[in-house]
Amino acid sequence: MSGLPLAAFLDTPPLGELSQDALRAAGPQAAATLALWWPTLALCSAVLLGILIALGYALATSGRAVRSAPGDLSSLANREPGLVRAVSVGVALSTVALLGLVAASAATDRKLASLDTAGALQVHVIAHQWWWEFEYLDADVTRRFVTANELHLPVGRAVELVLDADDVIHSLWIPNLAGKRDLIPGHTQTLRLRADRAGVYRGQCAEYCGYQHANMALRVVAEEPGAFTAWADRMRAPAAAPATPLAQQGRAIFENGTCAMCHTVSGTPAAAKHAPDLTHLASRRRLAAETLENTHDLLARWISRPNALKPGVYMPDQAYSESDVQALTAYLETLK
Amino acid sequence: MRCPELACLALIVCLAGCERETRHFTADVPGPAYPGPRAQTGTVAGRAENPYARNAYAVNEGKRLFRWYNCNGCHAEGGGGMGVPLMDAEWRYGDRPVDVFTSIHDGRPDGMPAFGGRVTDDQIWRLAAYVRAIEGRVASATAPNRDDSLQEAKPETRRAGQ
Repeated sequence: MSGLPLAAFLDTPPLGELSQDALRAAGPQAAATLALWWPTLALCSAVLLGILIALGYALATSGRAVRSAPGDLSSLANREPGLVRAVSVGVALSTVALLGLVAASAATDRKLASLDTAGALQVHVIAHQWWWEFEYLDADVTRRFVTANELHLPVGRAVELVLDADDVIHSLWIPNLAGKRDLIPGHTQTLRLRADRAGVYRGQCAEYCGYQHANMALRVVAEEPGAFTAWADRMRAPAAAPATPLAQQGRAIFENGTCAMCHTVSGTPAAAKHAPDLTHLASRRRLAAETLENTHDLLARWISRPNALKPGVYMPDQAYSESDVQALTAYLETLK
Repeated sequence: MRCPELACLALIVCLAGCERETRHFTADVPGPAYPGPRAQTGTVAGRAENPYARNAYAVNEGKRLFRWYNCNGCHAEGGGGMGVPLMDAEWRYGDRPVDVFTSIHDGRPDGMPAFGGRVTDDQIWRLAAYVRAIEGRVASATAPNRDDSLQEAKPETRRAGQ
């Protein structure tokens, strides 16, 4: 298949700004897992080292036969001294070590399950081929809002992610915050976590889910509660009407053409639910589930030829004129 | 001794020639141009072939679009309801690919809306390829056999009329 989405690899953001690293825990869930991972690594390394040393010692101390000598089969007749003891000690040590790991693993599981979720923020996560939908739940339904591919979380507050899939099995993995959890069609699961350190973390789908599985990522922004509340209030607001004639023309194309068949812009007639909510598209850092930087040029290319940038994506390529693309881009850039 | 290996190799070479799953993603591989409004379809009668009639991937995409664009809302998985059934053999406005395309693109009297301009022509060709499968008139090697939602009827691969 020609036309690999090279752009997806070329403009990957520099490290340091964005972290996707299970060894840099930013919350209690990832820290608990890490607290199990390091002792496991240490123990397994010690066992491997011990075996290598024993093997080296055995090789170094056994005698060498000349090449022409017949095979030495004396060990068949004379039992090796201390064999029973050596095997018993080995089996006992392995059993103790493995049982220890089982116990540590169970303790870690209990710790993961014991996260205090009183007053937790609830977010309904729906995985689609190949993007993420986030619906921020609220007891007051008028305060609910929907966004896509960029998950904002308040630092220090527990979060309960309610996980669903729309089409096939996906898996949500944000290494800095928690382990993986599968999203299965028709089977709701939950993932509880808390971000204790502000930062921007990258997550991705960890279960092969089709042609663009590799380009199904998400950005998690953990921010101070004040900043989070301000962000959520911005997200709740409907889209402002565009001011410039070009953007108004773009809005007309958007609502009377194909865009409104799949996308939502809240506060407008566009209300379909098959593709990412675009009400505040311009406020997002990247496009197409972290595939592309959200710049004017890439947005324009994405509108007219999405399949050249992310082959197989369900958004269709269209024969827009250059002026239509510019109008649509201008409109989408007003959706702050 | 080399015969099984050669046979395997030959099989792989044959599979590489299989077009059933060829995926046309970009609009650089478009369907045939829209044949024109209904009044003109007589002039292209029998000429327009659906480019996706034998492509399993495209037929499957048509099935997804059938759900996305809520064709079910009226046609009820092909059984009919507010809209006409699509499981039967006799179609009021014709069942040639060009007729199906025109029905979706321009709409038909008494309810069928015009989707031309609201969905791309390429998507209409995929939908047109799929609706033939509802009736069981797409080869079982091409028809989709699974549902993303609850399965309401026999899979398209096992419907009569093939």
